[in-house]
Amino acid sequence: MAQTIEETYNYKVIRQFAIMTIVWGVVGMAVGVYIAAELTWPWLNNIIDVPYFTFSRLRPLHTNAVIFAFGGSALFATSYYVVQRTCNVRLISDKLAAFTFWGWQLVIVLAAITLPLGITQSKEYAELEWPIDILIAVVWIVYAIVFFGTIAKRRVKHIYVANWFYGAFIITIAMLHIFNNLAVPVSMWKSYSAYAGVQDAMVQWWYGHNAVGFFLTAGFLGMMYYFVPKQAERPVYSYRLSIVHFWALIFTYIWAGPHHLHYTALPDWTQSLGMAMSLILLAPSWGGMINGIMTLSGAWEKLRSDPILRFLIVSVSFYGMSTFEGPMMAIKTVNALSHYTDWTIGHVHSGALGWVALISMGSLYYLIPRVFGRKLYSLKLVELHFWTATIGIVLYICAMWVSGITQGLMWRAVNPDGTLTYSFVESVQAMHPYYLTRWLGGMFFLFGMLVMAYNIFKTVTSTNEMEINDRIPTVAAH
Amino acid sequence: MFESGVFTSQFWNWFIIIPTIGGILGCFALIFWLGRDRPDPDKKVETMGHVWDGDLAEYNNPLPRWWLNLFFITLFTAIIYLILYPGLGSYTGLLGWSEVKQYQQEMDAAETRYGPIYAKYSQEPIAALAKNPEAVQLGHRLYMTYCTICHGSDAKGMKGFPNLHDDDWLWGGKPERIEETIKNGRQANMPSAKQNGLQGEEEINNVMNYVRSLSGLKHDQAAAAKGEKTFKRVCFACHGMTGTGNKMLGAPNLTDKTWLYGGSPRILKETITNGRQGKMPAHGEFLGDAKVHLLATYIYSLSHNK
Repeated sequence: MAQTIEETYNYKVIRQFAIMTIVWGVVGMAVGVYIAAELTWPWLNNIIDVPYFTFSRLRPLHTNAVIFAFGGSALFATSYYVVQRTCNVRLISDKLAAFTFWGWQLVIVLAAITLPLGITQSKEYAELEWPIDILIAVVWIVYAIVFFGTIAKRRVKHIYVANWFYGAFIITIAMLHIFNNLAVPVSMWKSYSAYAGVQDAMVQWWYGHNAVGFFLTAGFLGMMYYFVPKQAERPVYSYRLSIVHFWALIFTYIWAGPHHLHYTALPDWTQSLGMAMSLILLAPSWGGMINGIMTLSGAWEKLRSDPILRFLIVSVSFYGMSTFEGPMMAIKTVNALSHYTDWTIGHVHSGALGWVALISMGSLYYLIPRVFGRKLYSLKLVELHFWTATIGIVLYICAMWVSGITQGLMWRAVNPDGTLTYSFVESVQAMHPYYLTRWLGGMFFLFGMLVMAYNIFKTVTSTNEMEINDRIPTVAAH
Repeated sequence: MFESGVFTSQFWNWFIIIPTIGGILGCFALIFWLGRDRPDPDKKVETMGHVWDGDLAEYNNPLPRWWLNLFFITLFTAIIYLILYPGLGSYTGLLGWSEVKQYQQEMDAAETRYGPIYAKYSQEPIAALAKNPEAVQLGHRLYMTYCTICHGSDAKGMKGFPNLHDDDWLWGGKPERIEETIKNGRQANMPSAKQNGLQGEEEINNVMNYVRSLSGLKHDQAAAAKGEKTFKRVCFACHGMTGTGNKMLGAPNLTDKTWLYGGSPRILKETITNGRQGKMPAHGEFLGDAKVHLLATYIYSLSHNK
């Protein structure tokens, strides 16, 4: 069956991104486990007398690797897959798509070099210095051209809901990245923010929270809207629910940043608005969860036999849990206890491990056999991965809840004379058992990721072929 | 109702209020528009009729009522919150709450509650107070709250931060000097070799050897002899001709075995080359005299209650 290239989907770039998702997943999570060990056993920070491997240098490397390298590659891979298959058209340009792959990998490698060297803008999740920021902006704009160009050329009348979310994610991240990183360079590897003082903090958290809202939520909701109904072989639960929660979500998220700056120099009105909008955010977030989970109604029994579907559904459950926790932590009185404690770290990881990582893993287990044309090597190993990952997440977030609330209570405890009951270092000491538990949870999660890497390696190198369905249907569905 | 001076112009005020209210109303409009249908168990749910990628379709189930109610509750909560608290531009909120007011109220309440506990010791002289276990205990708790970051929870200090047990004082150990140190802070200033006009590595090395000889540490005698000349031309101004220091300037005594930054050749050369700017921050303004008095009592007790 001879086919011209125009009659097929571009799977090459998807294969590349899918494999790198797993590579960066292993790297990013391994660094995470190492820095968790550094917090548990501080002497690990200086086994050799160089600064490159201290917690302070490796922590941004961990966050950048898991969010932008692992999560980012997963988003590129799945969005390219979904946009082609739901638009019945090949990506508009193979060259531009290849540019986004190589450009994004270069960004990651530069991050892995500069961050341990201590080259940083000191903005959380936006540490990379200005030359790398420019590269990211260029790659991202090309990504937008490829994605929206493909949508524009679609041979299907309606735009599938997954693409709304991918589209919102691409546009908003471009805007956030560019505005938060406006800076005055003073040398090749040093720049100063264009904003000063509290404005700088506000722009940073406007960016920071929407990195969560649009990178780690909207993008992955796009993933959910394709891979959950595909794997469950059921229609999406409710079209109108997807409209309501899409518009409410993207409207509300963009305001939520100030809840990172409660009780600071930020003006009262900004803090209040941030809190009010964060509360409203609960319902739109849960709208997505309902649409994901209820898609399974009528096919619940599949959860028993299909570990891939279990990855997807458990991830949506964790999404629901952390989007309940988030609005709650945005309430000022709760925030007064939780802010600056490990509770925040636990919250982030229930989203990052539970939601983002699990949905990516589930989607990749679906996607990789199809784009490589190889049957999945072992479903038993997927099962093993599922359980080790779930145990890891539960250990991690429970440890951080206990440690965060303990810290919060220790810091605010006062003696009858008004002095602090505990000095800071006593609270650090009290954290030890929880840091140990967190490290153990991380080990479980990393082990699961290694199982996945092995399973995928055996899959793509096997000879157990299946047909690659990359032919574009000639009669477009309506 | 509106606080003045929050924004540079009224434009920004409405720039915030209008999209906020508009957005919340937009959420209401969305759920009124799409939330009217109630679930009907008898009616079979149909898909929308669109199909993507072979088999992707969408039902159009009505919005779950519990979820709609949740949405209403959060929207109303947000509206009530924005009526009661400042949020809509420069609108101050019905409760008149502000972060600064809350802080002030909490501080005033703490002062009323805890102030007398400290005030009752204010008039007693420190030397006598240091024998009073209750007062020392209060001072110790204050110390644990405010001082441990630099001086350590055992008050034995660390590199660059003096040990408070040894009765060896940089700025003087009389009760009133200690009180003054805590209240106003101290800024030490040892100039760098360049500022002192020292010529190159060799002269620095010579001075280092001489300084080590002052406290009987191992040193090169020839170098120390040369260093002595430099010391008595330059360093004496603060550290004195005999190297015993000057408490008015915070210049350490170099003849004892107590080192603030360290007495090894490497660290001494570092000190002479780059100078040192030790800093003790001022605590008087935010702690108040009564607490400073008890803190000084505790510090004094460390080297006197043996």
